[in-house]
Amino acid sequence: MSSERLSARPALEVGRARMSPRRRAILSRRIQYVVIFAVLLVLALTADWGRLGEVFFNREAIEYVAPKLPHAALNTIIYTAAAFAVGIALGLVLALMKLSQVRFYRVVATGYVEFFRGIPALLVVIAFGYAIPTAFQIRFDSIILQIALALGAVSAAYMAETIRAGIQAVPKGQVEAARSLGMSSGATLRRVVIPQAFRIILPPMTNEAVLLLKDTSLTFALGLQVLDFELTKVGRNALSEAGGGLTSIVLVGIMYLLITIPLSSLTRWLERKTGYKGHV
Amino acid sequence: MTVTGAPVVEITGLHKSFGAREVLKGIELTVSQGEVVCIIGASGSGKSTLLRCVNLLEQPTSGVVTVLGVEVTDPDVDIDKVRTHVGMVFQQFNLFPHRSVLENCTLAQRQVLKRSKEEAEAIARKNLAHVGLADREASMPAQLSGGQQQRVAIARALSMDPALMLFDEPTSALDPELVGEVLTVMRELADEGMTMLVVTHEMAFAREVADRVIFLDEGVILEQGTPEQIIGAPTQERTRAFLRRVLDPTHVPEVEAPPASS
Repeated sequence: MSSERLSARPALEVGRARMSPRRRAILSRRIQYVVIFAVLLVLALTADWGRLGEVFFNREAIEYVAPKLPHAALNTIIYTAAAFAVGIALGLVLALMKLSQVRFYRVVATGYVEFFRGIPALLVVIAFGYAIPTAFQIRFDSIILQIALALGAVSAAYMAETIRAGIQAVPKGQVEAARSLGMSSGATLRRVVIPQAFRIILPPMTNEAVLLLKDTSLTFALGLQVLDFELTKVGRNALSEAGGGLTSIVLVGIMYLLITIPLSSLTRWLERKTGYKGHV
Repeated sequence: MTVTGAPVVEITGLHKSFGAREVLKGIELTVSQGEVVCIIGASGSGKSTLLRCVNLLEQPTSGVVTVLGVEVTDPDVDIDKVRTHVGMVFQQFNLFPHRSVLENCTLAQRQVLKRSKEEAEAIARKNLAHVGLADREASMPAQLSGGQQQRVAIARALSMDPALMLFDEPTSALDPELVGEVLTVMRELADEGMTMLVVTHEMAFAREVADRVIFLDEGVILEQGTPEQIIGAPTQERTRAFLRRVLDPTHVPEVEAPPASS
């Protein structure tokens, strides 16, 4: 407040007391580069490159497993897409049930979410593979349907919570505006709330798709036919049949990344496309 | 739609509580066709709640509200049908951000009134021209200024051909220099004979446009009359205190603490 008090502590003296923040930042950066260089140097000198190549990029193993990969990748994508479709449809129903005014629906949806979120997905897959067909005397003619139901049932539990949060994140004023124009609650939900919620939940739904993609590896528990193999199953089989150390696993891992990384760009593109012009 | 002179809004014995807190304590109010009624009062006095009870955005605790001859407090009322005749403009505009300006004005027309695309767009364009935004129909709401957004909100409400317009502090969220364009549109609307119920802090607007001013205080109508009577020569001390605070905000005497309200 008063100029006397300001001049009591000379600014210059305070500012010179230690190294300037800029100099400290430069020093810190230099130290970090030195550490990286040292680690790389140690790795390069100590690693047995010949053996590493043998274990991770074995030629024979590559020749054995590579031809099987495109079909397995396709299966993986089909299973993911089918399970995602089931998950999003069921998840939307569950989300609406959780928001219902009827207590019974809320209780059922909450119970469903808690159950399927709480048990390992593998258990559900096994249930759909053996327990349910036996218990209800049914046979799944389509392996895709079987996988979609099993993984979709689990995924729906997670998606329900995401969709509910997205719906609730749409400002209340949007609903009031639509209702004050005479739109019914259903029309308000369809035309105003869900389109806005969709954009909010796009990033978490991408997460869900990626998780599903990886969960398709659990389908090994269904005892698949050769033509139905997905990526992980192919990798595991090659591990025992072709040898070559970890090569087949490395290749399969790369295949997963080749699918998931474009998926992320697709989401970013969708986000831009569905973004409202001028909207932050 | 209604017989001329018949009341557009008729409110008797309206009470509204939020939990234990009673916000409206027995409101009696009649609005005739073509009348412009401004509701003024301190924040927390129940102005917005009263307005929202008219189109049932708030469910009254007790009392009877009749709009255009339909009792909206009847549990079996087709409220969506009544609302198509009652336009509402919000403080925060509440435009649909995922729809263009034109689509904001056609969505409910098509969805609710089942008008054809061509008809709905023609009506929307007429109303956008009315509020001076004919050239912005392709814009998205977020590309517009607050004043423009509020004018689109008015055009959206007018596109339903309402018999009554409710304004809930339509200029309170606007930068001061944008208030005028919205008030101008509202004044034109009043001049054309629209029945309007306006919650506002704009005393100049109330003075010039209102047929009647209502002073709401702690959930009751303390005083009502022509703008000259209420704003010019209020009889109640609490009305005078409120008007002093609003009209001369830099000179509020310290002894006059504002009434305790939530």
